[in-house]
Amino acid sequence: MLKRLPQKNLECLWEEEKLIKIVKRDQPSRAIFFLTPVLAIFLTLFAGGLIFYILGFKPFEALKFFFIVPIADMYGFSELLLKATPLCLIAIGLSFCFKSNNWNIGAEGQLTFGAIVSGGVALLFYNQEGFYILPIVILAGAIGGMLYASIPAILKTYFNTNEILVSLMLVYVSKLILDYLVVGPWSNPEGFNFPETRQFSDSAKLPILFEGLRIHAGIFLALAAVVVSWFVFYKTYLGFQMKVSGFSLKTAKYAGYKGKKMIILVFLISGACAGLAGVGEITGPIGQLHREVSPDYGFTAIIVAFLGRLHPIGIIFASLIVAITYLGAETAQIFMQIPKYTGQVFQGMILFFLLASDYLLFFKIKFTGLKK
Amino acid sequence: MIFDINFVGLIIASIMASSVPLILASCGELITERSGVLNLGVEGMMIIGAISGFALMTVTGSLFIAVIGAMLGGVLISTIFAFLTQTLITNHVATGLALTIFGIGISAMIGKNFVGIPGKEFPVLFKSLKDTLPFLSPILFGHSIVFYFAFALPFFTNYFLKKTKLGLIVRAVGDSPESASNQGINVKLVRYSCILYGGAMCGLAGAYLSMIYTPQWIENMTGGRGWIALALVVFSTWNPIKILIGAMIFGGLTIIQFHMQAVGVRIPVQFLTALPYIVTIVVLVIISRDSRKIRLSTPSSLGKSFYKDN
Repeated sequence: MLKRLPQKNLECLWEEEKLIKIVKRDQPSRAIFFLTPVLAIFLTLFAGGLIFYILGFKPFEALKFFFIVPIADMYGFSELLLKATPLCLIAIGLSFCFKSNNWNIGAEGQLTFGAIVSGGVALLFYNQEGFYILPIVILAGAIGGMLYASIPAILKTYFNTNEILVSLMLVYVSKLILDYLVVGPWSNPEGFNFPETRQFSDSAKLPILFEGLRIHAGIFLALAAVVVSWFVFYKTYLGFQMKVSGFSLKTAKYAGYKGKKMIILVFLISGACAGLAGVGEITGPIGQLHREVSPDYGFTAIIVAFLGRLHPIGIIFASLIVAITYLGAETAQIFMQIPKYTGQVFQGMILFFLLASDYLLFFKIKFTGLKK
Repeated sequence: MIFDINFVGLIIASIMASSVPLILASCGELITERSGVLNLGVEGMMIIGAISGFALMTVTGSLFIAVIGAMLGGVLISTIFAFLTQTLITNHVATGLALTIFGIGISAMIGKNFVGIPGKEFPVLFKSLKDTLPFLSPILFGHSIVFYFAFALPFFTNYFLKKTKLGLIVRAVGDSPESASNQGINVKLVRYSCILYGGAMCGLAGAYLSMIYTPQWIENMTGGRGWIALALVVFSTWNPIKILIGAMIFGGLTIIQFHMQAVGVRIPVQFLTALPYIVTIVVLVIISRDSRKIRLSTPSSLGKSFYKDN
């Protein structure tokens, strides 16, 4: 039986009777560090099955429709990659921030603003074709994301303002800016007052990779981000500085790292990634600007970053797994009338279970066996 | 018409009404933060309160059960947060975010069957006195009981923190859990209670939105109020009385939108809607610029986990 932990030394005599003991590890276990995400996913599936059961669905059938049916064919798999691309890209950017102890939770806003800037540029060229258009549009998106991310970064470094609250408030602001633009000045003059812009010209759209599928060249942006981030994290001085600052800001200060510069840099990187994800959305599957550029990819990517353990390779796997919750929610809604918000519930649960299973990182459970 | 004194009274009353959920949620979060716990799940707890209250009202028909149920809903979901951060020693920021995502998802799932159902009328107090005094009566009379409770709460909270022994314990735990623990205070228990209390207040704030302020269920109806409530706690420099002032300012911004539109000011509606968020950022910058003052008033162990080695 698990008993109350005894007070220090006072109840030493009782120790012998304990069957299970919880002991603090001297060092976090590395094997468990990469195993707990898997554990978290299994626990989420279990809890999800339970929720389906409570809602009156057959748990196994519901889980099948949620996690297997959507990716069973080639089209489904390409849709999975389509959803995983922005998640992976944003999460890679966020891992720069989270590694160095900067809580940028406004990636959704940076994505939206990146989409606005790149969409604006794409609209300038709406009746032109040319190879030079797409690079300019992509660059504009990255710059837009960076500009937007620089606001919380500068306010944090020079005005001591909490970056969590600022970056989050900016999400609401960016969505309202987008709304204003697509309803007002940028709305399609021939669009019968629908809240959307003109279609971009074909030169401003990311090429489709396979005929008949929606998967587009944006996936290469995500893969490039993975490679670059891996290099920066593990092969450069900057990566080392970020790691040290993440462990202890005091140590970083003592070592003489330029803290302010680094804060701004990591915010710019993560803003650029989110902005690129925004470009991928509007120049890929959408092809124009409208009200809903992203189904909360920016928030979900926070979960992806944690589930992937802020490691580039881990993030690839995590983005694929979390992307299923988007597809699964749609499939389950169509085939079983399961509300689509179940996706969000699953995402919240994954993060809960992941954080909870981190307990095993720092503590181990010892089976001592009953003496006597 | 604008100079009509009763009209001004009505505007002030409507500003106060829109600041109620902010006051409730920030006062709850303030106690939680004073005990050293940063719970970013305010938005999630509020939306759970909103749907629990509305669902219970529709199903049972009893407003009393609905309000209590909304508070219990907030307590229930904050228990997850408390267990994770206090017993399993997880990171406060990440756990709070998970709570918000989870709360929004669950509330939408439950709320699916309650969309479009009209709410009930919530009884108001002192209705007969409504026309007695010019200017003052619309402000003072004819509001729900939650309204009066919200405006008393900052003063109670202030009294609790500054004048009672329990309040001292909460502050001690927030400023130095190690010393508090050495004094024989059960840090975990204090923090658990403060988190659950915060959950109850956020639940009540949500219930006010879905049952009294706009009596219906709309998906995602808290619309960022939880995050503004969090910002208000920083704005107040952890002083409950200042929450009252801050909440009135933000309530005012919400009300101004409607009146400017009514008067016909030519500003895009999106800009007016964005105003509370932009003002929040500006106010945060002004308050936080004085880093010394922030450092002095922030609970020293805010957001840091406390683990007692046995």
